[in-house]
Amino acid sequence: MLNTLLVYLSYPFVRYALIVGVLIALCSSLLGVTLVLKRFSFIGDGLSHVAFGAMAIAAVLNMTNRMLIVLPITVICAVLLLRTGQNSKIKGDAAIAMISVGALAFGYLLMSLFSTSANLSGDVCGALFGSTSILTLSKTDVWLCILLSAAVLFFFVLFYHRIFDVTFDENFSRAAGTKVDAANLMIAVITAVIIVLAMNLVGSLLISALIIFPALCAMRIFRSFFSVTVCAAVVSVSCAFLGIVISILAGTPVGSTVVAADVAAFAICALIGKIRGE
Amino acid sequence: MPQIICENASLGYENRPIVKNLSFSVSAGDYLCIVGENGSGKSTLMKTILNLTPPLAGSIRMEGLSSTEIGYLPQQTQVQRDFPASVQEIVLSGFQGRCGLRPFYTKAEKELARQNMERIGIASFARRCYRDLSGGQQQRVLLARALCATRKCLLLDEPVSGLDPKATVQMYDIISQLHREGITIIMISHDMNAALDQATHILHIGEKLFFGTREEYLHSGIGRSFLTEKEDKSC
Repeated sequence: MLNTLLVYLSYPFVRYALIVGVLIALCSSLLGVTLVLKRFSFIGDGLSHVAFGAMAIAAVLNMTNRMLIVLPITVICAVLLLRTGQNSKIKGDAAIAMISVGALAFGYLLMSLFSTSANLSGDVCGALFGSTSILTLSKTDVWLCILLSAAVLFFFVLFYHRIFDVTFDENFSRAAGTKVDAANLMIAVITAVIIVLAMNLVGSLLISALIIFPALCAMRIFRSFFSVTVCAAVVSVSCAFLGIVISILAGTPVGSTVVAADVAAFAICALIGKIRGE
Repeated sequence: MPQIICENASLGYENRPIVKNLSFSVSAGDYLCIVGENGSGKSTLMKTILNLTPPLAGSIRMEGLSSTEIGYLPQQTQVQRDFPASVQEIVLSGFQGRCGLRPFYTKAEKELARQNMERIGIASFARRCYRDLSGGQQQRVLLARALCATRKCLLLDEPVSGLDPKATVQMYDIISQLHREGITIIMISHDMNAALDQATHILHIGEKLFFGTREEYLHSGIGRSFLTEKEDKSC
């Protein structure tokens, strides 16, 4: 088994997949803690559907670099969603549900009307559940992912205390002179970037799992914001690593294997939390 | 020396005034209690003092005090009740407003946070998780955070709502101790007895406005009618 793994690891595409997978898992888990605590868990889900719609547009336009269109559209939607969360006639959760199903339907419609590909359902399925694209990454993709992840990490460390503050008590930080709207905007933009990156790994339907599960796992066990954040990162990275390795060895789909590993981790953490609590 | 001066202010949202022609001033070392019926504009006044909503007319000025130097104790939100954070992390976040672009807290700030926790009597559970604390303890943690944001003035929004009688007494004791140490206190309260027991000045807002010292309020028509009304309700 170990030998087979080593053989696989000698292929560059496997190494690329592992690097990208681990980085994406790391970024999504960091932001996930904030999103879960702010009651924004579904934003990840909504935005990923938007990204799917944007992907369909890019596919129809036959663009070579899909990121160019997917990233801006997703970022704009993230900003809009967060703005509506504050004060609008359509409440936050309804707005997210509306945009997410709308984009999903629109994306599929576009793809089925204009697609030039012979394998439409394969394309759609790939975009929704994570295709093999994680195993066909080019060197440029990997570098782009490393760069964006580094930017996300940099911002997160730099604004760690501010993110905590805004998550814990918006009213207080507003009164203390923190630019709460700017901080929320930043969180929205970073979330959008992570989601676009994560589409490569798990596909748009399963992205929320990467955001939510690590945070929930960590909250079962730990009781300070710092330790929750660190634990979420560790859980997420190990699950992504394990999931990718298992999927390569067993030939299962990458995305769902990673998410299955996350679910298993949650079950274990919930058990540990229960035992500790009693 | 006046710290906050409010002149002929109208308060409200989107040109719909809730309070008109409000004038009062708070001097350093005062203990002002803001009372009034629900919906009379107490929270709006608080937001205006904190510079979150501008007054519709008139002005609220600060002297020797900026609005970000006021330590604010907001009412608890649903999100906070099960928030995984240690007491220390929360108290330290009181310094956030002063950090500007600096990403981390300094040693001096950490030391000051420790002192503030001792002042309020929560130093013993600095490492415990916020959601495991009782309501009174949680409220004291938030008060310690507010103290980190200020040295001059505290603005307390219903600091004892939802607390049991013992925790309420304890909270009031801490507040009057801080007042004796020279911090200006502005408190919104439903609890008239405590307001009259501790405050030096009373601001009553509603259909009729009143501002003056506690003694003046007790002898004014508005004060007496509000008090008897409260007693009737509690009977």
